Amino acid sequence: MTETVTVPLHRLAHARAGDKGDRLNVSLIAYRPEDYALLKRLVTTERIAALFAGRRPRAVERYELPLLGAFNFVLDGVLEGGVNRSLGLDSHGKTLSFRILAMPVEVPGDHPAVHQKMGGKS
Amino acid sequence: MTAQFLIGCGAGFSGDRTDAPIPVVRELVRRGGPSAIFFETLGERTLALAQLRRLEDPGEGHEPLLEELLRPVLADCLAADIAVIGNFGAANPEGAARRIAGLCAAAGVPDVPIGVIEGDEVTALVQAGKLTPVGIDASLHDRPLICANAYLGAGPLMAALAQGARILVTGRVADPSLVVAPLAHHFGWDALDSERMATATLAGHLLECGSQVTGGYFADPGWKEVPDPQSIGFPIAEVTADGGLTIGKPAETGGLVSEATVKEQLLYEIHDPSSYLTPDVTLDMTGVTVRAEGPDRVAVFGARGRVRPERLKVTVSVDGGYIGEGEISYAGPNALSRARLALDVLAQRVPQHLRLRRDLIGYRSVFADEAAKEGTGFPESEDVRARIAVESDSAREAEAAVREVVALLCCGPAGGGGARTQVRRRVHTWSATAARADVDAGVRVRVAPARRWQEAPHD
Repeated sequence: MTETVTVPLHRLAHARAGDKGDRLNVSLIAYRPEDYALLKRLVTTERIAALFAGRRPRAVERYELPLLGAFNFVLDGVLEGGVNRSLGLDSHGKTLSFRILAMPVEVPGDHPAVHQKMGGKS
Repeated sequence: MTAQFLIGCGAGFSGDRTDAPIPVVRELVRRGGPSAIFFETLGERTLALAQLRRLEDPGEGHEPLLEELLRPVLADCLAADIAVIGNFGAANPEGAARRIAGLCAAAGVPDVPIGVIEGDEVTALVQAGKLTPVGIDASLHDRPLICANAYLGAGPLMAALAQGARILVTGRVADPSLVVAPLAHHFGWDALDSERMATATLAGHLLECGSQVTGGYFADPGWKEVPDPQSIGFPIAEVTADGGLTIGKPAETGGLVSEATVKEQLLYEIHDPSSYLTPDVTLDMTGVTVRAEGPDRVAVFGARGRVRPERLKVTVSVDGGYIGEGEISYAGPNALSRARLALDVLAQRVPQHLRLRRDLIGYRSVFADEAAKEGTGFPESEDVRARIAVESDSAREAEAAVREVVALLCCGPAGGGGARTQVRRRVHTWSATAARADVDAGVRVRVAPARRWQEAPHD
C-alpha cells in the first residue's frame, strides 16, 4: 500500500463561492478530471460540516457533478444572516472558497499534487 | 430568422467596469448578424437602495452609472441594429428611459423605440397579504417595509421586442431572462418550450456576471493565470437555432475563456444543480458538459429543462437600521497584543445592548471573527488592523459607537494609527413567492419612440 501525504486541497482543485441570503455555495472543481473520485472520497459532507462547525450550519449538502469533475457544496445559515445582516467584512462569504481550498487532505504518495508547488492547469 | 444569434454582456453588476461594453459592441459590429447586448446591474439590495433614492428624488432610482455605460456604445448599437437590454431601470424604469432618450437625441436617433417594463414592484401584494414567505426568519416581517419586487420572466420583454422595441429598460427581472428574451424573440422559441428555455437560461446564467466567465474572479497566480486582467473582455455567447451554445469574448481583449472559467461560473450561486429555478424554466445542469473549441471559445452542451415554477420569487426589502464600522491599525513589535487590547477596550465602551463584531484584520477576520474559538487565525502578523462593527436602529447611536475607535488615537493602546469610521444605512430582505396571475395583473409593457419618453412628465 502506498503511503499517503497531506497536501492542501488547493493543489487538487479550484473553487468559487456564491451566496443567496444566509446560504453559501462553494463549487469545487478538480484540475484533473481523473481526480474526481479521489475528491469524492476526501471532501465529504462531514468534513465540510466540521470545517464550518464554528458557523453552526443548519444543513450541509454536497451535489455531485461527475461530468464536470466538480462538486457543489451548499451550507445553510453560515453567513451571519446573509449579506444584508452580517457585521462581517466579507458579508457575502466570497473568501470562503479559499477556506475550503486550505483544507488539508491525504493523497497517495505517488499523486502529482505531492510534488507540485505551483502550476495547476486552467 | 438567421441560424445564429450573438448576445454580449455589458455589465455584470452595479459598479462594474464602465468601459467593458466598448469592445463587446465593437466585436458584435465586426461580426455582423443579429445580436444584442445586455446589462445586469441589480443585486439583491440594489433595488431597495434605488427605491430609497427615488423617494428622495423622483427622477432618480435607476442605475446611477446608466449614462456612463451607454453613452460610448449606444449610437453604434442602434446603427448596427444591436438590441440594448438592461435591468438598469432599477426602481425607476421610466426615469431610466428618459435618460436613455436624451442619449438617443444626442446621438441623432430620436425615433428609436424604447420599451419600458414595469410591474415588478409588488409592494401592494405584501400589504394585501398575498405573499407566501420562504424560509424561517420571521423577525424581519415586522420591520418597516421599503418595497417588494417580483422576479419577472422573459415574457414581458419578448412582448416589448415583438412591438419593435430596440432598447429595453426593466426593473427586477430574473437575470437570465435578460438573455432568454432576445433569443426566444429572434428564434421564435415558445416560452413554454422547456428545452429551448433551458439552453437560453443557461446562456443567461453564464453571462449574467460579465467577466466572471471570461477570467474575472478567477486568477490565482501560479495556479490559474489570466492574461491581461486589467482589460478583461466581457463575454459574448453564440447561440444557434437548434440550441447550440458557445461562450467567447471580443478579440484584442484580456481575460480567458476556458473549460475551467466556464465551470466556475456554471456553479456560481447555484444550490441544487438539477433544479435551478427561474421564472422561465426549471433548469437541470446535471447533464451539462463543456469543451474547449479553440482559444477563448468553449462550447456548452446538455442543458435540460422542466416546467417552470408555478409561483414567482419575490424579494421583500425592509428597513435594516444602520451598521457602524471602525478600524485602527497596529504594527511592529507586539502589534497583535495591542490590537487585541484595543478590541477589549472597545467591547467595554460600546453600549452593551448593541450587536457587536470584532475582527483582527491581518490575523483573523473574514474566515472567522475574534470571538470564534476555532483555530482559524493565521501566523502572527506585525501589521494588524483592529475592526469593530455594530448594528443599531439609530444612526446617532451607531455613530457614537464607532467614534470610540477614533478615541483610541489618544486613549487606546500605544502606536495606534489610521482610524477610519463609517456608518451606513442598511436594507434587510426576506423572500417570498407570489402567484403568477397576481404579479402579471400589474405588469405594464410600453413601447414608444425615444423622444416621447423624453417628453414624458416627471412623476
